[in-house]
Amino acid sequence: MNDAHETQLRETVIAETAPFDEQPAEVQIKNFTMNFGPQHPAAHGVLRLVLEMDGEIVERADPHIGLLHRGTEKLIEYKTYLQAVPYFDRLDYVSPMCQEHAFALGVEQLLGITAPPRAQYIRVLFSEVTRILNHILNITAFALDVGAITPLLWGFEEREKLLEFYERVSGARFHSAYFRPGGVHQDMPVGLADDIAGFCDHFPKVIDDLERLLTDNRIFRQRTVDIGIVSKAEALDWGFCGPMLRASGVPWDLRKSQPYDAYGEMDFDIPIGRNGDCFDRYLVRIEEMRQSLRIMKQALAKMPGGPVKVNDRKVAPPPRAEMKNSMEALIHHFKLYTEGYHVPAGETYTAVEAPKGEFGIYLVSDGTNKPYRCKIRAPDFAFLQGADFMSKGHMLADMVAIIGSMDIVFGSIDR
Amino acid sequence: MTQALKDLGDYIASARPSEILGSEIQHGQLTLKVKRGAIVGVTTFLRDDPKCRFKMLVELCGVDYPDRAERFDVVYILLSLSLNQRIRLKVATDEETPVPSITGIYNAAGWYEREAWDLFGIYFSDHPDLRRILTDYGFEGHPLRKDFPLTGYVEVRYDEEQKRVVYEPVKLKQEFRSFDFLSPWEGMNEILPGDEKAIDGKAGGHAP
Repeated sequence: MNDAHETQLRETVIAETAPFDEQPAEVQIKNFTMNFGPQHPAAHGVLRLVLEMDGEIVERADPHIGLLHRGTEKLIEYKTYLQAVPYFDRLDYVSPMCQEHAFALGVEQLLGITAPPRAQYIRVLFSEVTRILNHILNITAFALDVGAITPLLWGFEEREKLLEFYERVSGARFHSAYFRPGGVHQDMPVGLADDIAGFCDHFPKVIDDLERLLTDNRIFRQRTVDIGIVSKAEALDWGFCGPMLRASGVPWDLRKSQPYDAYGEMDFDIPIGRNGDCFDRYLVRIEEMRQSLRIMKQALAKMPGGPVKVNDRKVAPPPRAEMKNSMEALIHHFKLYTEGYHVPAGETYTAVEAPKGEFGIYLVSDGTNKPYRCKIRAPDFAFLQGADFMSKGHMLADMVAIIGSMDIVFGSIDR
Repeated sequence: MTQALKDLGDYIASARPSEILGSEIQHGQLTLKVKRGAIVGVTTFLRDDPKCRFKMLVELCGVDYPDRAERFDVVYILLSLSLNQRIRLKVATDEETPVPSITGIYNAAGWYEREAWDLFGIYFSDHPDLRRILTDYGFEGHPLRKDFPLTGYVEVRYDEEQKRVVYEPVKLKQEFRSFDFLSPWEGMNEILPGDEKAIDGKAGGHAP
C-alpha cells in the first residue's frame, strides 16, 4: 500500500511510425497516477482520490473511502432504539435532523404507531430548515471550490441563524437528537415560530444576493456549465437521487411521490434541470431553497396544537411534572431510559428525501430492545461511486467542480 | 397499495416460477426470496419488463444470521419510478458460496457489493473489482458479522520513537460491558437463578 502513496510513473510507448531510414522516433507519454487528498480542502472531508492522469486530463478516478469509518451500523446493533438516534446526527453532519427522521419513521412503522399531527408538522418544518442549512453549505462551498469566496461568507451568516433555531428547539446546534420515534423530543419554545417566520421573509433576499453573485457570473459558468454531465439513464443506473437525479431531468422527489408525515398536505414544486451538469445541480439547489421556504411558511401557518409525542408511555416518556407525583410515570421513565422499548420482530425499509437525496434505513428487528441490523443508505455513497464516469475526460480542475456539485459529506459515506 | 403489491408479486412469481422461492408483504413492503443462481436473471427481468421497470438499485446489503445453515442474506432494494413501488429481493448464502454479481445490470451495485464483501465476507462472483472499501488497508476479518466483537482486534496509535502509526492488539482499560437490560420477567428463557432443581427434576435425573 505504501507504494500507492508515492507518485507512480507508468510509461506507455507509442508505436513507431517513423520511416525505416530515419532514426526510430520513440514518443513516450507518461500516464501518471496522483493522489488527491485525503487532506485537501476541495475534497470536502477525507476523500482520497487516486487519479490516473494523462497530462491534465483525468483518465480514471478511483475514490478510496472509509477514512472516516466509525462502524455506526455495528454500534447501533449494541444500543437500544433510543440510544441509536444520536448516531444519525453524526452521519451527514450538515443535515442531522433529516436522518433522524428516517430512523424515527422506520421505528414507528415497526412499532405500528404514528406521530401526532403537531409533531409531524414540526418535523416537516425542521426538515426544511435542515434542507436550507445543507444547501447553503453546499452551494457556497461549491462556489469556493471554483473560486468565489464571498458566497461562503454571506451564507454562513444565514446558516448561523438556522443553527440558532436548532439550538432553541433541541438544545444543540448540530447534534440535536430531536426527532425521536413517536414524535419529537419537546415542543417548540415560545416565540420560535415567529422568528422562523421572520427568517422566511428575509431569506429570499439572501438567495437573490447569492444568485447575483453566481448565476450569471462568467467565471462560475465557465467552471460549471457542461461539466460532469449525467444523463437520465446514467443517473438511474448509478442509483442517483435527490438534486443529482433532478438536475438530470427526472422529476422524482419522495416528498411528492411517497409523502411521509405532513408532506402530503404541503403545496410545493419540484425543480428539475435540463442538462444534468454541475450548473444545473447548482440551480436545482437554489430553487429547492425557495421551495423549502414555501413549505416552512405553510407548516407554520397550518401547525395544529396538541401533543408532540405519542401518548403511549411504553414508547414516549411521561412529562416531567407527572413523574413527581405518579409512581407509574416514574417507573415508565426508568424503564424507557434503561431497557428501552421492545420493537416487534420484522423488517422495514424507510426512506426520506434528505437534502442530498434518498436517505434510507433498512431496519431488521428481532423483537428485543436493540436493532438486529440497521443498514444506512446514504445518498452520497452512490454519488461518489459515479465520480469515475463523471470525471472521465475532464481536466483536473473540473474534478474539483464535480466533487463540489455532488454534495458529498464523509460522515454519511463512510458511516 | 397492498393489492397492487400483491398483484406485482404474483406477476413476478408467475413470470419466473422456478426462481422465486417465496414472497411476503410486511408493513406494505414486498419481499421476494430469490434462488441464488437466478439473481442476475430476476433483476434483469425486473429492470426490463414493461410491467416492472425497476430501473434503480437503491440498496444492497448483507444481514448475518449465524444460526442458520446459510448464514447470510443479501438484500437488494429496487425502486421503480414509473410504478412508484419498491421491491426487496433476498438471496441466502454462506461464507463460501459466491453470489452472482449484478454489476452488469446496475452499475450502482459495484460499491454496494464491495461493501457487503468488506463488512460480511459475502463473495460475489464476476465482480470486476472486489476490493475492501470501508475498512483500513490490510484489515483482517469482516466487522459486521455477529461473531466479530464490537471492540475489534487491533488498535492504532502514533509511536513517537518509530515516528509512524503502529498497530497493536486491543487493550481495554476496563472490561467491555454489554448491558443487558432485558427484564428477568420478559427476557429470561433459561433457568432462573435458584430454580435449577425444578428443571433437573423435569428432565428425570434428581439433583443431589
